[in-house]
Formats: sequence, structure tokens, C-alpha cells
Amino acid sequence: MSAVLDKVLNTPVEPVSESPPKKMDTKKTLAAPASASNTRGSKLSLKPFFLAVLPPILGLALLVLVWQIVAAKSSGIPSPMVTFQEAVKLFSDPFYQKGPNDQGIGWNLWSSLKRVAMGFGMAAAVGIPLGFMIGRFKFLAAMFNPIVSLLKPVSPLAWLPIGLLVFKAANPAAIWAIFICSIWPMIINTAVGVQRVPQDYMNVAKVLNLSEWKILTKILFPSVLPYMLTGVRLAIGTAWLVIVAAEMLTGGVGIGFWVWDEWNNLNVPHIIIAIVVIGVVGLLLEQALVAIAKAFTYEDVRN
Amino acid sequence: MDNTSKFIEIHNAEMVFNTKKGNFHALREINLNVKKGEFVTLIGHSGCGKSTLLNLIAGLLTASDGTLLCANREIAGPSPERAVVFQNHSLLPWLTCYENVYLAVERVFGAVESRAKLKERTRATLALVGLTHAEQKRPHEISGGMKQRVGIARALSMEPKVLLMDEPFGALDALTRAHLQDELLKIVAKTGSTVVMVTHDVDEAVLLSDRIVMMTNGPAATIGDVVHVRLERPRDRVALAHDPLYIEYRSSVLEFLYHRQAHPAVMKEAA
Repeated sequence: MSAVLDKVLNTPVEPVSESPPKKMDTKKTLAAPASASNTRGSKLSLKPFFLAVLPPILGLALLVLVWQIVAAKSSGIPSPMVTFQEAVKLFSDPFYQKGPNDQGIGWNLWSSLKRVAMGFGMAAAVGIPLGFMIGRFKFLAAMFNPIVSLLKPVSPLAWLPIGLLVFKAANPAAIWAIFICSIWPMIINTAVGVQRVPQDYMNVAKVLNLSEWKILTKILFPSVLPYMLTGVRLAIGTAWLVIVAAEMLTGGVGIGFWVWDEWNNLNVPHIIIAIVVIGVVGLLLEQALVAIAKAFTYEDVRN
Repeated sequence: MDNTSKFIEIHNAEMVFNTKKGNFHALREINLNVKKGEFVTLIGHSGCGKSTLLNLIAGLLTASDGTLLCANREIAGPSPERAVVFQNHSLLPWLTCYENVYLAVERVFGAVESRAKLKERTRATLALVGLTHAEQKRPHEISGGMKQRVGIARALSMEPKVLLMDEPFGALDALTRAHLQDELLKIVAKTGSTVVMVTHDVDEAVLLSDRIVMMTNGPAATIGDVVHVRLERPRDRVALAHDPLYIEYRSSVLEFLYHRQAHPAVMKEAA
């Protein structure tokens, strides 16, 4: 029963995902018909393709249907068709600039991504080395664990006023909030990765009498990399969640601010478009990192 | 060459682990000398501390008491002169077979030899274990037997004084194991290595060893008996199967393991 459910829940996810899982999908779809055609002829060769594509399309169709029904019952929510027409209009000119508060959706997205990249990059630069040290030295772990446990559950938006106070500007404050929210997963995952380096590998290092530098580059770093990339993936997910809220509060140019601005204009189709765009960008970021993580994970580590 | 008869010397070694549940006395009064070029196997039931003894010789563990010497020098920690072949091969999965071996070669000879010489050494050792064709493969792309051969190559490439093997063929199927045992015999004959090997396979012990060190059951395990295997080398497993001497050695090890030192679980059942 649960296996069936799993299948139903899992299969739609695959085709939505980006390049590397797709590669696997094509392998699957190529392999399956090859074996099927031997026994049942080529008539059925499209079946796996439909099984892979049909469920996600049905799921999306269901979403649109629910939306249509809600839109028909309530006057405030625009119908999917109206929203689609608005989207076509909006994306026909994504990079216009009419003053600081009226720019194309492309510019808004670009500013948000830039903030995320900066806050995230700084968090990686600080968090990953810190994670390595916490993982390697018990003393440091004991020192930093209480701090991390205390600060991790705090909403990064609570740090926004501190950012505003220190930097006296909205943009660095938003970057600060991103920095704070992305640093915890990177520290924690890197530290866990270092602590879980298989003892066998460390024994090899001991028997070969490797230098600290060789241990770091040939053993620690490669075996921690998958954990680190998990941390990076979690961090980018939260960062993308937080940036929308942070920009709503700080204003300026950015997708979060844009949502709030369109709310003030009572332009609901644009809000819905923004929700979809935020979702798609988040998905792309996540999938890009999954792809990177896959490329750097080796069979023995995966198990 | 005064150290040929006592290349590895172990005097009254004791091993006590400090665990959360208190002290665990793993080994007591271990006395063992290994000659240069000798092939010694340690055999015993699981949990008897044979791997612990091997790790003591490797220097991965430090004895609680007693002295351990290798070539008249105290064993103070792990060293490339006592190369270890691990049970689970322990190859680094992100490096190719070649790179795995090269890492060891570079460490031992990197300071005194040219890069070309190091490459040559790496290739030569991989050729010795018959893996020239797989040098650019990563461990997950090759079979278990091949991985173990790379592990042996990595150990041999360091030209160690002693080769320590911890159940190197334990995880392999019977045919691959037999094949690798034959290859190991050939390699050891060629290199004249001193080998200490942990095993739980009686046939393996008799086939490979000059001496079989049989350990009593733990806790506080010690050496129960030693069998000198005086079979001509090179040894052929098929011919030996009918050799009365081979059968005698085999049954004396079996007798020790299953009558004098029956497995603890079996003893409990009987009681």
C-alpha cells in the first residue's frame, strides 16, 4: 500500500526536475521499452513515456482547475486565463525601467538574485571553513554548539533591524538577513560531514602517514563535499524564502518588494504571476545544486 | 642481519579498552616473534582480538602494556613501513586506482625520486596485481576482488618491511578468494615480504602460512597454540587437497577452533 503511494507521490517529481534527473529518465525510458519490445512488440514503447509525463501534467491541470473554481466563486481572484494574458504582457517587456519603483519583472528578479548571491556567498565563505573547524576540533564544537543551537531557530527577519542599524541602508540589511539564514545549514552540515568521515579513510591517512594538507585535500574535502553541498542546498532554499519577506520590509527593487507593490496597486494577477515565478526560480536553484551535488558524490559515499 | 629471526617482536603485550561500560580486557600476555620473510596468519573466532593484535602491530592502536618492536625499533604509531591491507579495501572512492596507489608511492618515495620514477613504480605495482587495464577506473567501477587487489597494490607499492592484512579476502566469493590467494602466494614469493594476516578461514591459513597463530576466545584472549606449516612452496591448492600433511595441519587447526576453543555462543548453548 505504502509502496504504491510512494510511486504515485514520487513519479511526478522526476520529470519536473532539471537536467541530471532527466538524464536518468531518458535512460529509464530508453531501457524499459527496449526490454518490453523484445517480448511484447514495439506497440507499447510509448507507455513509460506517458507514465512519466502524464501524472505531473494531470497534477498541474488539477491545480489550474481548482484555481478556476475558486476564481469563479470569488470576485477578487483572477481566473487562470486572465492571469495568463497578464503574464504574456508582463514578460513581453521584462526589462523596462520607469524610475526606481517601476521596473520590469526581470530587473526585480535580478536584484533579488544578486542579494541572495551576495549574502549566500558570504555565508559560504564564513560558514564552510567554520564548519570544518567545528567538525575537526572537539573543543571548538563544544564552544560553538550552544551558539548555533540558540541562534538557529531565530527567524532571520528578526535580524533585519540589526542590519538596518549597523549598515544604515536597506540593501545591505537584506543581504545581512540572507547571510544569517544561510550560514547555519552550511556550518552544521559541514561539521557533521567532517565528523562522519569514515574511520577507514582516516586509518589509510595514518598508515600512509599523510601530511595535514594531503589529508585535507585528498580525504577530508572530497568526503565532506556531499554533506557540504546538502548544506548549501538547504541554505539556498531558505535564502530564497527569506529574500521575498525581507524585500517586502526593506523596499527598493526586488521580487519581494514587487509583490508588495502590486498588492498596494491591487494588481492580483501580478501577485499570482510573482508566486509562480518565485516558485520556478526556487526550483531551478535547487535543481542546479542537486546537479552539482550529484556530480561530486561518489558511489561509496552515497551508500 | 641479526634481526632475521625476530623481525617483529611482541613481549607480554596487553590491551585494555576503556569503554563506557568500564574496562574491557581484550588481549593478555601476547608473546610472538615473526621472522623476516615469514608468512604468519592469526586465526580465531570473531571477537577474539586478532584484528586488535594486527592493529597493535600496525600502530593504529597502542598497547596498554608490554613492548612491540619492528626491526629492533619500538612501534610508536602507524608507518608506511608496516603497510596495512584493510578488510573493506578502504580505497578512496574519488581517486582512480592509479591515483590511490600513487598517493602511497608519492608519500614514501616522493622526497627522493623523480616524478617519472614514481609513475613507473605505481604502474609496476598495478601490473604486479594484474590491474594495468583498470588503472584509470574508480573503485566503484570495478569488482570487489579488483578493489582488494588495488588495496594490496597500494600496500606493496610502499615497499613495506611488513605487510599486514586484516581479513583481506573475507568479503569475497569463494572463487575470487581462491584466485587472489594464489596471486598473493606468487607476489609474496616474488617480493619476499614478511606478512601477518588475520583470517577466519582454515584453508586459507594452511595454504598461505608458514605459521598459524591460533587465538583463544576473548575477553582477555591470548595465543592458544601455534602450528608450523612445513609444506613445500610453491604450493598448489589442488595437489594439497590430498596431501596427508595438509590434511593433518587442517584438522589440528579445526580441532583447536571447534573442540578446544568452541565458539562462545555454542558453549553457552551447550551449558
